[in-house]
Amino acid sequence: MTAFTAGQLIDLAYLVAVALFILALKWLSSPTSARRGVLSGEVAAALAVIATLYNPEVIQYKWILIALVVGTGAGIPLGMVHMTAVPQRTALSHAFGALSAAMIGIAEYYVRAPRLTPFAMTEIALEVIIGSLTFTGSLIAAGKLQEILPQRPITYRGQNFVSLSVLGAAVVMAVFLIVHPEYVHLFPAMVLVSLVFGVLLVTPIGGADMPTVISLLNSYAGFSAALLGFVLNIKVLVVAGALDGSSGFILSVIMCKAMNRSFTNVMFGAFGQMQTPAGSAAAERTVRSATAEEAAAILTAARTLVIVPGYGMAVAQAQHKVRELFDILTRKGVDVKFGIHPVAGRMPGHMNVLLAEADIPYDKLLDMESVNPEFPQTDVALVIGANDVTNPAARKDAGSPIYGMPILDVDKARTVMVIKRSLSPGFAGIDNELYYLEKTLMLFGDAKTAVGEIVRELAGGGH
Amino acid sequence: MPSGFVESLYVFVLAGFIGFEVIRRVSPLLHTPLMSLTNALDAIVVVAAIVIAGRQETRLSTLLGAIAVAASFSNMVGGFLITDRMLRMFKTSRPKKS
Repeated sequence: MTAFTAGQLIDLAYLVAVALFILALKWLSSPTSARRGVLSGEVAAALAVIATLYNPEVIQYKWILIALVVGTGAGIPLGMVHMTAVPQRTALSHAFGALSAAMIGIAEYYVRAPRLTPFAMTEIALEVIIGSLTFTGSLIAAGKLQEILPQRPITYRGQNFVSLSVLGAAVVMAVFLIVHPEYVHLFPAMVLVSLVFGVLLVTPIGGADMPTVISLLNSYAGFSAALLGFVLNIKVLVVAGALDGSSGFILSVIMCKAMNRSFTNVMFGAFGQMQTPAGSAAAERTVRSATAEEAAAILTAARTLVIVPGYGMAVAQAQHKVRELFDILTRKGVDVKFGIHPVAGRMPGHMNVLLAEADIPYDKLLDMESVNPEFPQTDVALVIGANDVTNPAARKDAGSPIYGMPILDVDKARTVMVIKRSLSPGFAGIDNELYYLEKTLMLFGDAKTAVGEIVRELAGGGH
Repeated sequence: MPSGFVESLYVFVLAGFIGFEVIRRVSPLLHTPLMSLTNALDAIVVVAAIVIAGRQETRLSTLLGAIAVAASFSNMVGGFLITDRMLRMFKTSRPKKS
């Protein structure tokens, strides 16, 4: 019996890492065990990295060490960003992941080219195309989320035709390279065209569709890593890529369902310009506006309150004021809960993280399925910076563009209060009939200021 | 078709099923940490980058490998860090069972 070779020992270390990866995700299922999941992932990653440094193929450590130091230097600030910046940080990390996968694929191509079998060329081309488009696509998404780029959809006539032609060009070049691997100079052109396609893919998508887009990019980044595992025959990459890819895919499906839209509609629909606002006659209808004082009086009289936060709360960074409201009302004996729509905010779970940051206990954060049956018994529903996800037209009006989208049934509560900057329609350009209901009170203003004023009234009137 | 491909395909399909079953059970409450954690796990491509950068085949492959090491390692460090920071914030109002 012979001892293990270095290669076998590395493989075993990778196998342990794979098992720990799966445990990490399993432990993430509940907030009580989730941090153990992070630890498990960290141990796995450390084990795999250390084992790889002992790989006999690695003969030169200088650049590796420099890169590890640079990576740590960039990673720590990216891990310490403020919670409000988490969506753009996530998009940026998809970009880095895809960049890394694309760079490795390109390096591997130039090491092997032009002696590549058609099969190997197919794998590499696919990997590099997906990696490249995910890199630029994620950068654009991060730019939109950081508001360096405009959040509104940027569209022009014939856009889908242009975008798909660019993707087509990348595919044609890939096929040509598979048939004629000697045309090595075509490879950088294929990479360039894929990079351009990534830009074209995400530019037309509006801010409100970001939860789906960021999930899709997550899934692409995962699958490009898995493909890299195929190219290099490293199973740990195949597993990590499959886990990441399926996670992104599941989240994309959840986001699409929550908007009652298909992938193609999100990617090529450019929601913002598709519809012209249907009810311009609605402008004649009246709304009841209220002051902070009146709102405070109603909230004091309530026994049950459901707060529905949306992107407006995130923009105004109102979560800490909301926490003050939560505290003061809880002390007064009001039962306060939060109803969170899957696509509220700019990425999956965005609202939960912001509210958890403001120290609101997570058992008060209810998802759509759990909170909807509670609205008919709710005294007050307080909508803070959310719009389309509360529009009853999605339930009733078959002609509405958002018809069929699952919504939070705030209109079933006894009183509805809406904090909103103005009456302007949401991203879909649709009027929200919720605002014109008899039981609805509008508080116009910035979410942080408006909630702050209510808190002041409550504190002042409390003794 | 190289034999490694079929093996990889087996691994991919099985891991995909496991991923689907495990991730389906993650509460919507934790979808943001889920995304940052899977991102950190995905940064395991750093092991491939280390080999490419350290094999010293061509100057180009060393350069691209080093860029890949830096990009993926920053995801690994930053991803675990932010996931843990987020998860530390999730507190319950119910008294802890002991």
